Amino acid sequence: MNVFVASDNIISPLGFTSSENFEQLKKMHTGVKRIENSDLSDEAVCAAIIDTQKLNDEFQKQDLTSKGLEKEYTRLEKMAILSIKDCLKQNPKINISGKRTLLVLSSTKGNIDLLDASMSSKFDRKRVYLWETANIISRYFQNPNQPIVVSNACISGVLAIIIGKRLLEDNTYDTVIVSGVDIMTHFVVSGFQSFKAISNEVAKPYDSKRDGISLGEGCGTIVLTNDPGLTLNNEQQIIVKGGSSSNDANHISGPSRTGDGLFLAIEKTLKEANVKAEEVNYISGHGTATLYNDDMESIAISDAQLAAVPMNSLKSYFGHTLGAAGLIESIVGLHSMRENTLIGTYNFNELGVAKPINIIKNTTAAVVNNCLKTAAGFGGCNAAVFFQKVQKN
Amino acid sequence: MENRNYISSYCAVKEGEVIVDHSTSYSEKTLPSIDFIKSVYKHFQLNYPKFYKMDHLCKLAFVTSELLLKSNPVTQKYSSEDIAIIIANSTSSLEIDTEHQNTISDKNNYFPSPAIFVYTLSNILIGEIAIRNSIKGENTFFIFDKFDPDFMSSYINSLLNSGKAKCCITGWVDFYENKYESFLYTVEKEKGTLNIEHTSEQLKKLFNN
Repeated sequence: MNVFVASDNIISPLGFTSSENFEQLKKMHTGVKRIENSDLSDEAVCAAIIDTQKLNDEFQKQDLTSKGLEKEYTRLEKMAILSIKDCLKQNPKINISGKRTLLVLSSTKGNIDLLDASMSSKFDRKRVYLWETANIISRYFQNPNQPIVVSNACISGVLAIIIGKRLLEDNTYDTVIVSGVDIMTHFVVSGFQSFKAISNEVAKPYDSKRDGISLGEGCGTIVLTNDPGLTLNNEQQIIVKGGSSSNDANHISGPSRTGDGLFLAIEKTLKEANVKAEEVNYISGHGTATLYNDDMESIAISDAQLAAVPMNSLKSYFGHTLGAAGLIESIVGLHSMRENTLIGTYNFNELGVAKPINIIKNTTAAVVNNCLKTAAGFGGCNAAVFFQKVQKN
Repeated sequence: MENRNYISSYCAVKEGEVIVDHSTSYSEKTLPSIDFIKSVYKHFQLNYPKFYKMDHLCKLAFVTSELLLKSNPVTQKYSSEDIAIIIANSTSSLEIDTEHQNTISDKNNYFPSPAIFVYTLSNILIGEIAIRNSIKGENTFFIFDKFDPDFMSSYINSLLNSGKAKCCITGWVDFYENKYESFLYTVEKEKGTLNIEHTSEQLKKLFNN
């Protein structure tokens, strides 16, 4: 059974639709900015943040047409609702409130901003539970099924796509809405600052001068279906052909030096997809721009015989959006396939990782029939997923 | 391939009791939550210095997984990449999230720490079990209002039936505001000594016992 992409959306500082985002990426415009004097941090911090006024205005516009069930929605819920709504707008064939439609939500921290004293009076305490957040989003669309929440650090998004695929293959559902969302909070910024993991500039993935991550916020949604009739007639069909996760069993806050966990996830993914390494057209890497992560990835990619495959990181455009990253970055991959365009890695100048890999420097035209998306995260977890165009006879 | 899978072993830690494969192996009803979990560690002489660095949630996951794998040492039977770890809870890492929040809420007393922050992800407990036992297979952390035997049994059965894993360590580990509950079990193609089929009904029975 094939699992098809039926619709997709990205909400980020670069735009509120996938197309808007992809247009900005083609021009290599970044959403990461230096932010001073904010609630997020006392020190200036480089991050990709969505304008609150724009978010609220867009939400207000959309909400007029629906029966809002809650008095008020949180910043995170607004992003997810807008993202799913746009997917439905792009593809009106999707039956969001159907019995055989399920929401899978990927988030690392959900409404964690509600722990702050200034917010706790505004929303019910229950709202900080991830299952309740998912219920609220699902109820907004009058979906009858209990949503599934995946919270597995920075691989959550890729993992949620894999889980969606498996649920469709089991024929439990016809349509799975996979949405990944996380917001920028003082909670997250202070934590990464305590790790001394944040760069003072925009992140420089795989670069010899890289010195840490940029954080970001956003939402990405992919609608998956096992019904080819639900895909758009005028759009290139794309299927999810394989996916796997693994653990490198090495350290809770550092990647394995050998890259064996990520290697394993890639190997299992390509095996399931029945694809040889030399057939891979493009790798959308994790590329957080920390010293250890990027080195680890280069070793795993090289060991998997993928060193020559064009590869990029999008973390210098969107920042690290945690539970949204796997979705957002996969969606960019989908658009790279549809437009046969590979996005250059913003801020990448000179390769500086443990093993040579083929990092895309400037946006270029290329035949992109497939995409391997990889991710790694705290807790030693790794994941990979493989997308492929359906070739017309 | 045979589509049946079996619960080959389980360990539950709740209400001051440790139950392994139907029998109570330790009970201490007087101690409050985290003290009880530490007493389990001492009682069974689980010697693992990293235990002391862990947050409460991971400590609970650690003792439960140790006793489960003592009863059924699956790492000796399967290769490391064929064992999956798939665990769920309700409150994610909110216990330590609150602790991290307390370190940043007062500007005059500001002390966020990586040793705390690293635990503000629920899947870290999967990482701790993986590191302790060198397990490299599939891992996923789910969040549900309540333990969901329907979803868990069907998702894990399909993982085993499709050959994506040969064995799965799975269940529920929750710790928040002094309430704790853990229930971890192994699922295999072999019946094991328990001989309980991995179905939603059987799981419901075991979990609620």
